[in-house]
Amino acid sequence: MERWRRIISQHRTPPADDVPVVLARDGTHGPVIHAMNTVARARGIAAGTRVVDVQAIYPDLHVERADAAGDYKLLERLAHWARRWCPWTVRDGQDGIVLDVTGAAHLFGGEAAMLRDMATRFKMQGLTVRLAMAPSRGAAQMLARYGQPSVICDGTTMMAQLAPLPVAALRLSEDMLRLLTRLGLKTIGALADVPRVALMRRFSGLAEDRNPLVLLDRATGRAADPLNAPPDAQVWLSRVRLPEPVIDPVPQLPALAEALCADLARAEQGARLLRLTIYRVDGEWRSRDVVTATATRDPAHMLRLLTGKLDGIDPGFGFDLLTLEALRIEPLSLHQDHLDGSRDAGRDVAALLDRLTARLGPEKITWSAWCESHLPERVEARVPAIAHRAAQAPVMTCERPLRLLDPAEEVTVLYAVPEGPPARFQWRRVAYHMVRFEGPERIAPEWWRDKPGTRLRDYYKVEVQDGRRFWIYRQGILGDGRGGDPVWFLHGVFA
Amino acid sequence: MTPDSKFAQVISLSDKRLVKDIPAPHMGGAILRDVLPDAPFDAAGTGFVLACLPDSKDPVLWIQDRMSRRENGRLYGAALRGFGFHGHILRVEVSHPRDVLWAMEEGASCAGLSAVVGEIHGAPEVLSFTATKRLALRAEQSGVPLWLIRSGDHGALSAARERWRLRSRPSGVNRFNAQAPGMPVWEADLFRARGRAPGVWTARYDSHAQRAEDCLGLLPRSGDGAVAADHQPASHASGG
Repeated sequence: MERWRRIISQHRTPPADDVPVVLARDGTHGPVIHAMNTVARARGIAAGTRVVDVQAIYPDLHVERADAAGDYKLLERLAHWARRWCPWTVRDGQDGIVLDVTGAAHLFGGEAAMLRDMATRFKMQGLTVRLAMAPSRGAAQMLARYGQPSVICDGTTMMAQLAPLPVAALRLSEDMLRLLTRLGLKTIGALADVPRVALMRRFSGLAEDRNPLVLLDRATGRAADPLNAPPDAQVWLSRVRLPEPVIDPVPQLPALAEALCADLARAEQGARLLRLTIYRVDGEWRSRDVVTATATRDPAHMLRLLTGKLDGIDPGFGFDLLTLEALRIEPLSLHQDHLDGSRDAGRDVAALLDRLTARLGPEKITWSAWCESHLPERVEARVPAIAHRAAQAPVMTCERPLRLLDPAEEVTVLYAVPEGPPARFQWRRVAYHMVRFEGPERIAPEWWRDKPGTRLRDYYKVEVQDGRRFWIYRQGILGDGRGGDPVWFLHGVFA
Repeated sequence: MTPDSKFAQVISLSDKRLVKDIPAPHMGGAILRDVLPDAPFDAAGTGFVLACLPDSKDPVLWIQDRMSRRENGRLYGAALRGFGFHGHILRVEVSHPRDVLWAMEEGASCAGLSAVVGEIHGAPEVLSFTATKRLALRAEQSGVPLWLIRSGDHGALSAARERWRLRSRPSGVNRFNAQAPGMPVWEADLFRARGRAPGVWTARYDSHAQRAEDCLGLLPRSGDGAVAADHQPASHASGG
């Protein structure tokens, strides 16, 4: 909700504070409410109800789309950011982060001070949090969601603090909750008071994460519940610090590239995207990116790519720090060239692609991509070669010109004949005399893509007097009701 | 209007005496070759280059500058199969002829390419004798054939080992429709070559030939083989 408010306020004025705002996501029967602000919560709107129902009750409701994927990403990032307090952090469900602060609290001046620090730092980011600290992971997440704010419980008082919480805190399924409510077990305390043997027999066939007894045991610390924290994202970076500012980065590059490649080789990785950054003495920095077609950790190749990019880099009054970072990496195992000393041709082409792309830009170097279309100019599209693979050309049933003008150019008819192409026409200020022709090949507009009113084309292969062969077409036919007289265009040249 | 039938009477390809002098640009040879289309907007040069490209799985680097794209259009990939080309084309579209030469040089040093084709329109300053000499040496060093299509250029200095001038001729007979153009026929004029005599040939491209080597046929315009003296105006050509 707060993330939405912050994003929204960058683009337009957010709704006033007294307006109930809800975020909606898609449900089985239309959109349902995903999150709401305090006003909406005060009016008793619950998450999971249908938006149309709530709108019928509160016509002033302000509905927005929820961005679940964005929330998920933010939570992942926050989980990594939370490693400032302790080394083991993991995302918990859709809306929580679990931190294992064992042995870390004293660094922040005790447990209470640590919780205060967390609350302040999240508030600085514009996020409100509910915090709880408990000896077990299950107890902490129950207390954070259903207990007092910023509660700290230790092993002796834990059961007393958990007892008044509702059984929903165990995060059971709807069916299980209904069953427990029917049995009269509404709080954790009530559940804990039931003899274990009875509970075990009643819920014997259930999976671990749905079994209330197992979840309760985990919360009370009777069953093990370890934290499986994802590893830190690794930064592939090599840097050179200079004692004196210099202007020319070239002499430093070999050492940088070799250091980075040594790191990559140890991890059996290769770089796909490199960034060279210079940090100038006046506090500015400049960077250059280099993309490669295949993963590489060859320092000589990196150097060739980078030296081509240094022309436009502005060193100012000099710089004293250079970094070379691999922003995107791919696994690259050791590769052996042929025993007879010959080189792999495919790798040569990939290296060539890198060099061309580094100097000319990715849009200039293209493969052909083929589209299912009847219109000649739509059949072949061009895709950047650095990111795509070459595709096999389709088999054409009709003859096509070797060169295509883009766009087609209008020709002036000098002497028209009733059937077929003009006997004399003028194109680019030269008059041509038609000798032989073949056609027409009629290509109708693609109604599923073109605007209504697009005219059909009749293509002719025309040979003029000196032997050149052109591909001309007439746009539309007389009396098709889509404009005036048909116009002739020259679209391609045959060999 | 049946010039190819006349050629068939003049020459038979089994005649070894005549065949031995016919150049075979499609048989390879990693050298720099110039192709000069004689008339504007003539795709004969492009067709000739395509017919001569080696049949290989490796990609062809095809580089065009802005002026040749505007003047002669882009190479249309859907037509390449018709010229017996089944590989992939790596296109590079740059704005300045200087970048074409640079990219050709980079391509020439890459053994993974089957050929490099560059297109430059007009006769810009950068396409000097020295530039072509660099390309020619690079091609011979690396073993990648280089082709340079120089449209709008009437024979400026070049260090290319073979220089061809191409021009469309009235096409062959269409078997199914007498009113329609048939197989492409070009006049191929080898006006400068290293290690052989120049000459003028009539080239025809038959995409339905049995063997791939037979698709491109070069027929001497006169019955006595290809000699330098055969270079005569094209107007009273056919049959010789």
